[in-house]
Amino acid sequence: MSKLSLWLLFLAVGLGTFSLRFLFIYLFGKINMPDWLPRALRFVPSAALAALVFPALTHPAGSLDLSLGNFRLLAGLGGALVAWKTRNVLFTIVAGMALLWILEAAFGV
Amino acid sequence: MNKDFIAGAKGALPILVGVIPFAMISSVAAVSVGLSFTEAMGMSVIVFAGASQLAVIQLMSIGSPWIIMVLTAWVINLRFTMYSATLAPHFQSLAAWRRAALAYMLSDQAFGLSMSHFVSTDEELNHRWYYFGTALTIWVVWQLSAIMGALLGPLVPASWGFDFAFPLSFTALMFGSLRDRPTVIAALTGGSVAVLGKGLPYNLGLVLAISAGIAAGYWSENYKKSRVMK
Repeated sequence: MSKLSLWLLFLAVGLGTFSLRFLFIYLFGKINMPDWLPRALRFVPSAALAALVFPALTHPAGSLDLSLGNFRLLAGLGGALVAWKTRNVLFTIVAGMALLWILEAAFGV
Repeated sequence: MNKDFIAGAKGALPILVGVIPFAMISSVAAVSVGLSFTEAMGMSVIVFAGASQLAVIQLMSIGSPWIIMVLTAWVINLRFTMYSATLAPHFQSLAAWRRAALAYMLSDQAFGLSMSHFVSTDEELNHRWYYFGTALTIWVVWQLSAIMGALLGPLVPASWGFDFAFPLSFTALMFGSLRDRPTVIAALTGGSVAVLGKGLPYNLGLVLAISAGIAAGYWSENYKKSRVMK
């Protein structure tokens, strides 16, 4: 990736994100928001985050791997348990990384 | 200094425990995929939205096309429109540039903290100043932590597999977003479609998966409501 396209990427993401942040603060009083919009947007975090997580666990090296040799899947499931119980980013990272290292040290080649 | 600004800044303190490692990880990750210190910090200041930054970095590391990275980041950040709509009435009499500055600082944490404070307190409170105190504190601490991460990043060897911290942090954020059955359905649908669509060209599977997840959540909520009505 060239330096130019990298900075253009930051600008495109940044300007788009700013527009999303500013949109309704700017429009307030000027238009009425359609009623279905906030009800649909509510699902964005759950859908988007799951769509990033699932394939990262099932396709650790680019192809589908549901075997017990897929340490990232196992460590990810362990991390998910911690995430479920604590909802804490730091605890989840610590638990998942520790599990990954233990599995690699014990069963890795 | 305005007392509501200070109250907002104090209100942000407990949540910094989560902000600091998240910001550090975001820039450790940026440096680990080959970005320079300046580039990592450029992204941190221009974008200032951790989950989308991590997603862009993850997509960069697997060589995704430019447009997919941009679209994915935008979709992830769509949630800000909800926050924007909710906060809008509190900012209405401000000059446009001030509203723009407050909008730029908008984060999940600033929104969550100020809104929960606004609804839980009866005391006379200037909402704009309270939000400004909270949001600015989070912004400053985020950028300082990002600097630390970008400096420490090159010291972390790739063989430790720290890129695995992305899906782990997303997992924690995802569980935080699951509030009821429709959000769980949105997550399960989004995740499953992403796995099935993994082989699609240009990572289109990701955009498809997020859209399917939103549709599934929306549909299941309407379904539930229509059954309650009967």
